[in-house]
Amino acid sequence: MDLYINIILLALMAITALAILRMTNIFAIVMLFGIFSFLSAVLFVVMDAVDVAFTEAAVGAGISTVLMIATMALIKNQEEKRPLGHRPWLPLLVVFITGAALVYGTLDIPAFGDPNAPAQKHVAPYYLEKSISDTGVPNVVTSVLASYRGFDTLGEVVVVFTAGIAVLILIGGRLTRPTKRRDK
Amino acid sequence: MMDYIIGHYNYWIAIFLMMVGFYIVISRGNLVKKIIGLNIFQVSVFLLYITMSTVKDGAAPIITEGVKLYSNPLPHVLILTAIVVGVATTALALALVIRIKEAYGTIEEDEIHEQDHSL
Repeated sequence: MDLYINIILLALMAITALAILRMTNIFAIVMLFGIFSFLSAVLFVVMDAVDVAFTEAAVGAGISTVLMIATMALIKNQEEKRPLGHRPWLPLLVVFITGAALVYGTLDIPAFGDPNAPAQKHVAPYYLEKSISDTGVPNVVTSVLASYRGFDTLGEVVVVFTAGIAVLILIGGRLTRPTKRRDK
Repeated sequence: MMDYIIGHYNYWIAIFLMMVGFYIVISRGNLVKKIIGLNIFQVSVFLLYITMSTVKDGAAPIITEGVKLYSNPLPHVLILTAIVVGVATTALALALVIRIKEAYGTIEEDEIHEQDHSL
């Protein structure tokens, strides 16, 4: 049953991505991207990654969409322009070659859900066995994120902080200026 | 053969989404659309990692009495970090788009090149 849900959700995501590619109205594209993120969040629940799912739903689908709509409100640009003499062949060729190379790379990869895949055998069993005795946290994702790999999370906070400061430097005092000019 | 296709379907769709995102980034001139293309690319990478972490009939990695088989928690942690960092970079990119709009009056790539006489 999980497998069928998985297949249908992935097909829906592919269709949504193609719709984003075809659309020219920016607002519709942003809304479709929100749908795309929510579909991926549901898929993460199906694949037993519950922590990732609610982060994706809250941060990926929620905050990203809000940021994009806020940007749209500021730039007042609703339609994407397509130049008439635009030739898609070179980008298509690049994309097909890259995709073919990547598919070639997946041919001998372990099948989906294989419990004996190398990725399942190395570090993960340690965390699953020792999480309770080392940290006392039953949720292994939390214990790895906040305890075993706490410094990585600190680094993540530094990245978010830097990005926040950069956004403030770029558009901090400027948002009100264009309307003031119009008043004069 | 059918088992092989079902077992690799997730990877192929992830690659397909990745290539759709890549195509949007390199073939479309609208900067907001380019950023959305980058985001699609990013979500496809998340999908690839979570696919690798899944174990058939495994439970979510929360230790419970009587459960023997769990999904791999390590990719979940990596992707959790990646999602948050991804939103931070998206915010920065959108801020740059707003500044470009202020400076050039457009967010179409070819018009920006025209104004700069750079292409």
